[in-house]
Amino acid sequence: MAEEMRIVLRNYGKIDPLKIEDYIAQGGYKALEKARSMSQSDLIAEVKKSNLRGRGGAGFNCGQKWSFAYGAESDIKYVVCNADEGEPGTYKDRLIMENDPQALLEGMAICAYAIGAKQGYIYCRGEYPQVIKILNQAIEQAVTKGVLADFAIEVRSGAGAYVCGEETALIESIEGSRGEPRFKPPYPPSQGLWGKPTIVNNVETFANLPAIVENGADWYASIGVPSYPGTKIFTLTGDVNNCTFFEVPTNTTIRELIYKFGGGIPAGKKFKAVQIGGTSGAFIPESQLDTPVAFDNMSTIGATLGSGAVFVVDETRDIVDVAARIAGFFEHESCGKCAPCREGTARIAEIMENINDGFGEMSDLALLKKLGRVMSVSCLCGLGQAAPAPVITTIEHFMADYQAKIL
Amino acid sequence: MINLTIDGINVSVSKGSTILQAAREVGIYLPTLCWHPDQAVKANCRVCVCEVEGNRLLQAGCSTPVTEGMVVKTKTPQVIEARRTILELILSNHPQDCLNCIRNQNCELQDLANEYMIRDNPFELKVRGYKLDRSTPSIVRDQDKCILCRRCIDACSVTQSVFALGVEGRGVNSMVVPTMGLPLMESPCVLCGQCIHACPVGAIYENEQIDEFLAAVADPDKIVVTQIAPAIRLAIGEEVGMNTGELPMEVFVTGLRQMGFDHVLHTNFTADLTILEEGNELLNRLKEGGTLPMFTSCSPGWINFCETFYPDLLDNLSTCKSPQQMFGSLVKTYWAEKMGIDPAKIYSVSIMPCTAKKYEASRPEMNSSGYRDVDLVLTTREIGRLFRMSGMDFNQLPPSDFDSWMGKYTGAAVIFGATGGVMEAALRTVYEVVTEQELKDVNFTGVRGMEGIKEAAVDLNGTEVKVAIAHGLSNARKLMDQVRSGESPYHFIEIMACPGGCIGGGGQPLTKANKKRAERIEAIYVEDEGMPIRKSHENPEVKIIYDEFLHEPLGHKSHELLHTHYHAKNKRYL
Ligand SMILES: Cc1cc2nc3c(=O)[nH]c(=O)nc-3n(C[C@H](O)[C@H](O)[C@H](O)COP(=O)(O)O)c2cc1C
Ligand code: SF4
Ligand code: SF4
Ligand code: SF4
Ligand code: FES
Repeated sequence: MAEEMRIVLRNYGKIDPLKIEDYIAQGGYKALEKARSMSQSDLIAEVKKSNLRGRGGAGFNCGQKWSFAYGAESDIKYVVCNADEGEPGTYKDRLIMENDPQALLEGMAICAYAIGAKQGYIYCRGEYPQVIKILNQAIEQAVTKGVLADFAIEVRSGAGAYVCGEETALIESIEGSRGEPRFKPPYPPSQGLWGKPTIVNNVETFANLPAIVENGADWYASIGVPSYPGTKIFTLTGDVNNCTFFEVPTNTTIRELIYKFGGGIPAGKKFKAVQIGGTSGAFIPESQLDTPVAFDNMSTIGATLGSGAVFVVDETRDIVDVAARIAGFFEHESCGKCAPCREGTARIAEIMENINDGFGEMSDLALLKKLGRVMSVSCLCGLGQAAPAPVITTIEHFMADYQAKIL
Repeated sequence: MINLTIDGINVSVSKGSTILQAAREVGIYLPTLCWHPDQAVKANCRVCVCEVEGNRLLQAGCSTPVTEGMVVKTKTPQVIEARRTILELILSNHPQDCLNCIRNQNCELQDLANEYMIRDNPFELKVRGYKLDRSTPSIVRDQDKCILCRRCIDACSVTQSVFALGVEGRGVNSMVVPTMGLPLMESPCVLCGQCIHACPVGAIYENEQIDEFLAAVADPDKIVVTQIAPAIRLAIGEEVGMNTGELPMEVFVTGLRQMGFDHVLHTNFTADLTILEEGNELLNRLKEGGTLPMFTSCSPGWINFCETFYPDLLDNLSTCKSPQQMFGSLVKTYWAEKMGIDPAKIYSVSIMPCTAKKYEASRPEMNSSGYRDVDLVLTTREIGRLFRMSGMDFNQLPPSDFDSWMGKYTGAAVIFGATGGVMEAALRTVYEVVTEQELKDVNFTGVRGMEGIKEAAVDLNGTEVKVAIAHGLSNARKLMDQVRSGESPYHFIEIMACPGGCIGGGGQPLTKANKKRAERIEAIYVEDEGMPIRKSHENPEVKIIYDEFLHEPLGHKSHELLHTHYHAKNKRYL
């Protein structure tokens, strides 16, 4: 059975986050020093070899992403940290930034050295004003200590929209435009912020890097599931006894997360479903609980890891009602740029409300499935692509609940 | 070159091409709504999606660059389901109003709904219920029909640098609105109508005034007189199924008579007159140290732009009214007198390529004849619709001549319709006035063409006069910023608000691509070439009007009837 393992949260509770000396006393900034002693391409090769994959949801190989920005010809390059954390039920990035901000800064500085960037931005969720304060203090201390050398980091407060967490919308927002996704390609590593090569990584991704550089790629690659190695922070919410966070290796199963770490379902009720990865995550039934919480394993059951939010639903919950509310969330959060998401999220919400109110018909389910098929492959950005998942997976796994509302 | 296959067909295209472009090379046309040939890629409608081997997601053909060995499929069941569903979604809030719509049979959404056989839309129709914006005399906005492709925003911001349109709200509540959600008239909109050309559907259109025209024709007490602007003739054919430039002027004139116009005259006459007034104004300014560079003033979209964004440069504007308004004031004075007609009875209709002209005619200062100088402005498209309604076959219609007085014109007036035309016409006259020598070659080819900003220099008896020409207001803005900062090397600047000049005006047959504009320009120079007289000052009727009525350019009567003044617009938001 897997145990909790703290890589990203290694300094949690051990240091005063507002004292850079504490961080340094724990070995902080050694990794950056080591990184700078390597050539850029060796450093990137090492990160690639660790097989660290993005913790923001898309699971792209971090070192590979860096190599694109490294290879892009440009005098100016940027490093952007995605700290928008707009996913309801998720607070892992806040944990890192509140408790070990220097780890994030060090990770960003490693990236900056690797790709040749001099300027970094942390795009921090607007609802985290206290975090922004901490970050600014941490940056000030790092500058005073001179550890960042010529790499400058600026904190930007998020615009409040969920979609601004999407990397290109985030870039638009930093540029001062309406936070709307861009079409891709071109991807940010070739044309990102102000058209320059830009690396956008999640807070958790960056916070992994000092440990990887310090302990080596092989060490990291051997932890958890090889295709998605390392640890992952999960935040548990809903009908589960321990509504808290855990950092676990990626070979931990969903069942272990809920029953071992989460302490199971309260009041002796039975498990119904779990939604992993945030609002756009699939609902997973009992039969799939033995899946490890690694990217590709989750993909095979049609689910995602997303932000690492774990939302547990017990047998007494009305899952159609839950899915209908989520549909309303996406109607509200669609930015409106592309037609299938703008219109599609509203239609899903409308049809789901109808079904939930007892006015649905079986043909509605076919229509929802069609919307799901189309939106998941046609929408401009991940929001619209993922928006139908909660509805589609609940239809798939909990058809009886839908039928009960329809008939 | 990049090699790929599209639907099994091998294609070789240059690097940087999109799937959409590559597909066209082999005769496969992807459906599009937000794509526009002269605009940046937007990729927001998603109807152009295709399958690309190795990708879970469908890829937008308009935005996805081709790569070596790419395997593209444009018509698999998955692709067709996606496109049809997206169309159903778009149509599910679209007023099912095609029969009443100004864009019926000329609508990209209607075409696709037809091509993709959208029959029983599974989504319940929910029209959004916006109010029509009829705040301007030129342009109507029907937001209920807007499909949010944002092409109008691109036209207004990138081409025109007016930035009157933007997106407000989010998700299904997002909408394209004028600045700060204000009515269009209160935004900085200059009424150029370029957004109309950009719109794939009937969400923005000209203020159609055909009823007013029919009422005037039906009124026995009204004598309906028309003037035709230089850019109309070659484009109107496009409205009745002919090629650009194919409809002969004389047949056009017959067509107008058939529609009930009592007298058919020509704005070209006052275009020639403009050259004499404006040419002399320029010479005066050069001689007497007046404000330079002088700007042309015949494009009302440009006048609105200058009054809105460059109120500090209004003194640079020529005081000449536009040919339309010169014509308007003369038809109810000089012409009425000559014809022995009571000016109170004259109903003066102008046929214009321009939406801004509808506004210009309604300006309170445009009544120097003692009446409203121009009673009604109809665009080329409106005349086209009247023609189609009439059932006339223009291949069989006999030709007829313009009515006398103010119907004669020269090649110089003809080219007013193209960017650079006013400048060239002015140079033909100014050269001869100053040098008192005959201009051997009247063709100033350097000022012609679709280049955004053009410049030239002419030697007038040892003085070098530098001129510049801009069309499209973002180009105008560049020249204006130069003037504002005191760095403009020019003496005379021609500005046309619309890309290509009036041939691309907001009231012209819908022109999605600049290619069409270039074609019309070509036709205009062919017409000029064929004119027996090609210099404004040689127009015999112009000579007569100066002899009999105006006496001299810039004289007392001219000032009263042919010149005007400008006002800062003081818009709330720029
Ligand atoms: C609608 C939407 C919201 C997103 N929100 C976040 C977010 O809050 N934080 C984040 O790190 N990534 C978010 N992402 C993913 C980013 O687009 C991007 O993939 C990520 O920042 C890349 O970093 P990584 O490679 O380190 O995961 C979001 C994506 C979508 C489509
Ligand atoms: S998928 Fe939704 S959120 Fe993403 S661009 Fe389209 S409308 Fe905006
Ligand atoms: S008429 Fe011209 S200025 Fe007005 S909104 Fe349209 S494009 Fe912009
Ligand atoms: S008004 Fe027309 S051009 Fe503008 S966004 Fe709407 S549909 Fe597109
Ligand atoms: S035409 Fe390609 S997305 Fe609109």
